[in-house]
Amino acid sequence: MRYPFIKRFLTMFGLIISFVFISTSGYCAEISDLTKTINKIGPKGAGHAEARMAMAELSKTDVNDVSDILAGFDSRNKLAVNWLRAAVDTVLDKAQQQGKEMPVDALREFLAETKYDSNARRVAYEWLIQIKPELRQEILTSSLNDPSLEIRREAITNAVEAAVKQKTDSPDEALKQLKSILNSARDIDQIDEVTQQIETLGGKVDLPTHFGFLMNWNLIGPFDNSGTKGFDVVYAPEATVELDKALEGKSGNIKWFAHTTEDRYGLMDLNVIMPEKYKGAIAYAHTTFQSDKEQEVDVRLGCINGNKIWINGKLITSNHVYHANTSIDQYIARAKLNKGNNIILVKIAQNEQEESWAQRWQFQLRICDESGTAILAADRN
Amino acid sequence: MKMMISTILTLTLLVSYSTCQAVDWADFRGPSGNPVHDGTLPLDWDSKDGKNVSWKASLPGRGVSSPIAVSDLVVVTASAGAKQQKLFVVAFDQLSGKQRWRRSFWATGRTYTHPTSSNAAPTPVSDGEYIYAFYSSNDLVCLDLQGNLMWYRGLAHDYPKAGNDIGMASSPAIAGDVVVVQIENQGDSFASGIDRLSGEELWRLPRDPRANWSSPVAYREMDGTYTVLLQSPSGLNAVDAKTGNQRWTKQLACGNITSPLKIGDAIYFGSGGTTKLKLNDKGTTPEVVWSENRLSANAASPIVDGDALYILSGSIIKSANNKTGELNWQVRLKGRFWATPILSNGHLYFFNQDGMVQIVKVGERGEVVAEFEVGEAVLGTPAAVGNALYFRSDNHLWKISQP
Repeated sequence: MRYPFIKRFLTMFGLIISFVFISTSGYCAEISDLTKTINKIGPKGAGHAEARMAMAELSKTDVNDVSDILAGFDSRNKLAVNWLRAAVDTVLDKAQQQGKEMPVDALREFLAETKYDSNARRVAYEWLIQIKPELRQEILTSSLNDPSLEIRREAITNAVEAAVKQKTDSPDEALKQLKSILNSARDIDQIDEVTQQIETLGGKVDLPTHFGFLMNWNLIGPFDNSGTKGFDVVYAPEATVELDKALEGKSGNIKWFAHTTEDRYGLMDLNVIMPEKYKGAIAYAHTTFQSDKEQEVDVRLGCINGNKIWINGKLITSNHVYHANTSIDQYIARAKLNKGNNIILVKIAQNEQEESWAQRWQFQLRICDESGTAILAADRN
Repeated sequence: MKMMISTILTLTLLVSYSTCQAVDWADFRGPSGNPVHDGTLPLDWDSKDGKNVSWKASLPGRGVSSPIAVSDLVVVTASAGAKQQKLFVVAFDQLSGKQRWRRSFWATGRTYTHPTSSNAAPTPVSDGEYIYAFYSSNDLVCLDLQGNLMWYRGLAHDYPKAGNDIGMASSPAIAGDVVVVQIENQGDSFASGIDRLSGEELWRLPRDPRANWSSPVAYREMDGTYTVLLQSPSGLNAVDAKTGNQRWTKQLACGNITSPLKIGDAIYFGSGGTTKLKLNDKGTTPEVVWSENRLSANAASPIVDGDALYILSGSIIKSANNKTGELNWQVRLKGRFWATPILSNGHLYFFNQDGMVQIVKVGERGEVVAEFEVGEAVLGTPAAVGNALYFRSDNHLWKISQP
């Protein structure tokens, strides 16, 4: 690294020579090799030089081979998937503008194979309905449980429209359909919409269970967070949780107490639950989760305050952010649950801002899989 | 033969003239960051009967970013999807309004915003060769004018705590061969210089961990190097665009939404209302010329034309003498504003949040000469090229010009 400029120059020189050789020798790199090159893109621009060469080649792909680029999608690399999407769009866009025959059958076949990457199938879908809009209805009718949540979202919108049309003439059938749709819905706005439709027909929805919100917590606080300095202080609950032991808090001894939220979205409003509306304060929330097996899960938190989460003593997320909006699933962390009992500890830090919009002190937490499907505790009531 | 040569010369001159006329509007607030346009724009249009509406194009998603005009394209960003995770860059033909190309991506960073805003809040920028589109999720895309992807960076993918769930809106700036982004929030807060050709990080400068929506402003120094102004609540910093090294700093409490305006040797920025600085030949910290607390802006950035300075303070447009900061006149407008107005042919064009256009004739005093509805919310500053105005409403891109 003593001569980074020379190293960079030689790398670029080598790439250019390779590119010139490829261009002039008639050698055609395999699409899979090119997509592999793009899938090596890393953070901070790593692999860009090689990827740009590969993109130049991929953009020359015959329109009938575009499925080969789609097959190279691997959404675990969020950066690379955007490069590959651009390659597909470039090839198909160019072909369409040149009036070439578009690969409808190949795209349909690709879309039908759910083994492929969800984002790649979504791209195939978007192009299909652009080329042949009349296919949209047919595809969506069978896509209520599509692994691509974006395709599924459109299918749900379609299905809800159809069910709502039946509400007057066949309310029982509409209710049955809406309940089925709810099982497929993963986007919060759609869950809300379907729930509302079900309830207008007299049906009931257990939203906390649908989402997998945790409703029963043990709480303790306040600990000191003056000047937001308590966020990184290791207070006693972070070392060990002893629910029957009094602890020294911000202004005297404090004890754990249990609280069950009745909120449909699992919201724990600490300004209401705690004895007072504290500022410059920290509360801890503790609960347990009985898992029927060892498994990887999403722990999804909505919290407008500074927060940390530990699962079985392991810190899985830390967000020192105050009053910058909140929503369900705002922070998503992966965690491993043991078979049996798992301990969940949440730290919720309130600052000392005085503005009216900076008073909330709350959180909501759910356990689900990567698609947002609730994972329920084995002992959930 | 003489006639032929004369015709060729005339045609050449006409082509040259028309080329010169087509000055790109390829940055947030126009080519100099001062949205003053040399052209004659319509003083009214009608979205219902189409009067002076050359075309209106549908967009694939929402956005509060401004359109930019580069070459013969108008380029705009948008975002869509349940979580605003779908990102779009769309290029339209300036003349016909026909979509030339559209590119879609998936956000790699945080996509939450206040409902008023959008993931597509920052305005893209172009150097005439490439387009750099940036999003609240801190995804930065480089495309050529044909829509070919040059590179794609996920800056929140690299720095996962970079994000503001209210939404970020700082637009990128081009300083020579460097694309500069300002990503200031309570998490990973920084400014960064990125090589415009490779997309690689040249420098990264830690910034205060506070929310900030102000955009960087770049300008060329006499020695050919570039300086970038970074305004944030704790002050105004000038850094070398190539290295990120600090050139000077002015530690004054500043606003966190408006962006500075550099024009000639003066800088106007939101501090103590509005403050004017005078740059010196030595490149050292500039002196305060004046500071006027009555010239306090909320969201819109300053505009300078001749001796006049225009500041939109809440819903009041204020005109001041830019040499002294002395207030000349003020006119109350209707509604709430996010978009910086543009000035053209002695008229300021305002778009309020509810989609009302108000045109104010400026001079010795200000006078509202037109008021009409667009029918959709407009939060982004318009762009202007020749005698055409381009603006984006919630779901459409519009071209306004006289037939």
